[in-house]
Amino acid sequence: MSFLELQGLRKSYGPVKALDGIDLAVPAGGRTAIVGPSGCGKTTLLRLIAGFEAPDDGHIKLDGQVLANGGEAVPAHKRGIGLVAQDGALFPHLSIADNIGFGMGRNEDKRNERIAELAYIVGLDKTILRRRPHELSGGQQQRVALARAMAKQPRLMLLDEPFSALDTGLRASMRKAVAELLEAAGIATILVTHDQAEALSFASQVAVMRDGRFSQVGTPRDLYLRPKDRMVAEFLGDAIILPARIAGGFAQCSLGSLAIDSKERRDVARIMLRPEQIQLSRSSREELAGSVTSGVLFGEVTEAEFAGSTCSVAVRLLNSPDPPDAAAIGNSPLMVRQPGLGAPMVGDVMRVTVTGPAHLLA
Amino acid sequence: MRLFRLPWIAIAAILVSLFALIPLGFIIAVAIQIGWATVVELVFRPRVGDLLVNTFFLVALTVPLSIALSVALAWLTERSDLPGARLWAWLAVAPLAVPAFVHSYAWVTLVPGVHGLGAGVFISLIAYFPFLYLPVSAAMRRLDPALEDSAASLGLGPWRVFFRVVLPQLRLAICGGSLLVGLHLLAEYGLYVFIRFDTFTTAIVDQFQSTFNGPAANMLAGVLIACCFALLVLEILVRGEERYARVGSGAARQAPRARLGRATLPCLLLPLVVAVLAIGVPFVTIGRWLVAGGWEVWRLDEISAALGQTAFLAIAGAVLATVAAIPMAWLSIRKPGRLQRVLEATNYTVGSLPGVVIALALVTLTVRFMLPLYQTLVTILIAYTLMFLPRAIISLRASIAQAPVELERAASNLGRSPANALWSTSIRLSAPGAAAGMALVSLGILNELTATQMLAPNGTMTLALAFWSYSGEIDYAAAAPYALIMVAASLPLTWLLYVQSKRMAGQ
Repeated sequence: MSFLELQGLRKSYGPVKALDGIDLAVPAGGRTAIVGPSGCGKTTLLRLIAGFEAPDDGHIKLDGQVLANGGEAVPAHKRGIGLVAQDGALFPHLSIADNIGFGMGRNEDKRNERIAELAYIVGLDKTILRRRPHELSGGQQQRVALARAMAKQPRLMLLDEPFSALDTGLRASMRKAVAELLEAAGIATILVTHDQAEALSFASQVAVMRDGRFSQVGTPRDLYLRPKDRMVAEFLGDAIILPARIAGGFAQCSLGSLAIDSKERRDVARIMLRPEQIQLSRSSREELAGSVTSGVLFGEVTEAEFAGSTCSVAVRLLNSPDPPDAAAIGNSPLMVRQPGLGAPMVGDVMRVTVTGPAHLLA
Repeated sequence: MRLFRLPWIAIAAILVSLFALIPLGFIIAVAIQIGWATVVELVFRPRVGDLLVNTFFLVALTVPLSIALSVALAWLTERSDLPGARLWAWLAVAPLAVPAFVHSYAWVTLVPGVHGLGAGVFISLIAYFPFLYLPVSAAMRRLDPALEDSAASLGLGPWRVFFRVVLPQLRLAICGGSLLVGLHLLAEYGLYVFIRFDTFTTAIVDQFQSTFNGPAANMLAGVLIACCFALLVLEILVRGEERYARVGSGAARQAPRARLGRATLPCLLLPLVVAVLAIGVPFVTIGRWLVAGGWEVWRLDEISAALGQTAFLAIAGAVLATVAAIPMAWLSIRKPGRLQRVLEATNYTVGSLPGVVIALALVTLTVRFMLPLYQTLVTILIAYTLMFLPRAIISLRASIAQAPVELERAASNLGRSPANALWSTSIRLSAPGAAAGMALVSLGILNELTATQMLAPNGTMTLALAFWSYSGEIDYAAAAPYALIMVAASLPLTWLLYVQSKRMAGQ
């Protein structure tokens, strides 16, 4: 039974279709990430769920209650949905304590205790409560915004790129902390982001959005390893995409015969491998010369870009079986990531092996 | 900063500020001279009490009403989908083009019986609320809509969002605008004479006309100065030290406009009524008197002489004020510090004094010490400079801030002397700001009545003075052409104000 249900949501601004038929189900207490390039409509979607705008068509249901049905919409302040905006949107004229307590009644019981408790939960020091928003760092501001949104005990929390303004190290730790916090509180969460790594690591369900539609919705693992098309594949990470001929659970391509994750049969198809599925091991020209027909693949390193822990290596295949679409891809090198330690140098001859099945793209 | 190493520009700024302090110094000097007993006798008397009550109620009623009206109009024109919002926004600024005493003239001739506090509050409201509307609407345009969204997601309905988030953000604009309105109420003369409402300013002019520059007038001026200071201090206290700038990075999203729906028609009524009262009435009245007066009221020789004199005074005063503003404006951008803050505070305080106080001080000064200067062009131009210096400083400062200091340094590097470097870079680049400042000073001089009346050389007949003397003789028809010309000349200057406020909001 889904907790939040979106069905056929549409929204246009003049001739621009910001949302073009969005369907989504979010389970109670679950974490969903909506990821897409900027301008894909993800912020509009968030604004519709929050209630700042009404959809042109479609409906939004939360916990069985209809929040929006076509143009009729429950206004934002009656929805009980929390929001953490991109840069926190703290009230500059109020102290941190008053920011956190903004949604509470002024004479509410134990108001100060509640504020202190919320501050503690999000990991803010008590001494900060009397300060002003501009005296806080970006990470602290985000924590205040989160505490403020949690004070209302929302049923659903919307996070609008809340980590994008933080620096890399802080971003990862904040993301983890927020995920744990919301999970402990049992609050269903929707995170909107343009950062695929953030979406994959944060959520149990990821929706990839493009041009006002969801291209694909699924678990992070599923999306990463079994993307529907090339756009999803490349959006979620580096991908090696090869033309192939498919038969009997195997793909014939420039890397030889690879197991695939589908029983389909097609003459012209494209398969995808993640770079980490390709392993290189040190070899030599002599070995290459000695194994002309053994089916073992060899490649020569044409570029190696050292980046500390990893190293990006471009490998040109030396004894590739004739690919079906050779002309189309020419002999473009494979881009592979290797551990930085003992990374190969340009000119080295490597043995190329593939682990795990290749994925057949639609 | 050691004194002997002060740059010449700082010295110039100090000189201008010291000069600005002369009026204030004179009132104090007079008080000391006549002795404490006489001061007490002149200040603590029923007449002063009456004037204080009048002034208090005038300010205490007009300012809150102006705030309410301006905030409502600003919201309608900036944040709702009111049809013709741009037109209404312009019409909310346009009343500034009509001099306050012309507003009063229009109402007195339309409703002959109007007088007293009620009339004073009403006419002051429609004449001066744009001073609040301008900053409030600019602040409203700049508000970050994400704050309102956050408040709504925390369970606040639209009204509570407005009062707890929007209104507090407008505090600085409301404080600044209210101060401006309050100071104008204290300084206004013509408006209240028409409706026979006594304020300190009208009482000082009366006193001056009957006993010249006696101690009585000076002491009334002292109380008026105290009132001005009270407003300045009140504004500082109310303004507080809150910070309202947006926290966070990037640019704020454009705020969506609220849908008025079925409330559109009633909401249209507010700007419509205001426009009719504040623009319609003066124009209709002037038109009526022009029709009634026919061709005879257009005494072209007289009118062209008045036009020429006004133009001369306005341009000469504007140039003088702008030149005097250069050192101060430059200091406040390039060398901010304690000296600059003190000087700036001095200039603003003096600029907030009513024209009548400055005029009275200059009369006393010239009569006692420099009689040849009394009622000469020099004195009146000095008075204008002192009165309108802050307008020139503000405009100039904004555009010097946009002229990169690197250019000045480059010019020095290329061998120009400091003065020459300043002139050929920052001053040149700030020409648009200087022009805007001059326009605003000219607007002030064009509508100036009290100081001109008291200080200008004998035989001076500006547009305002001519209008004033005809309407004083109840020859409203003969006054009408002057009113029309003043309004027509002010309209483009008011348009400039409007455009400037839009630009400040980044549009």
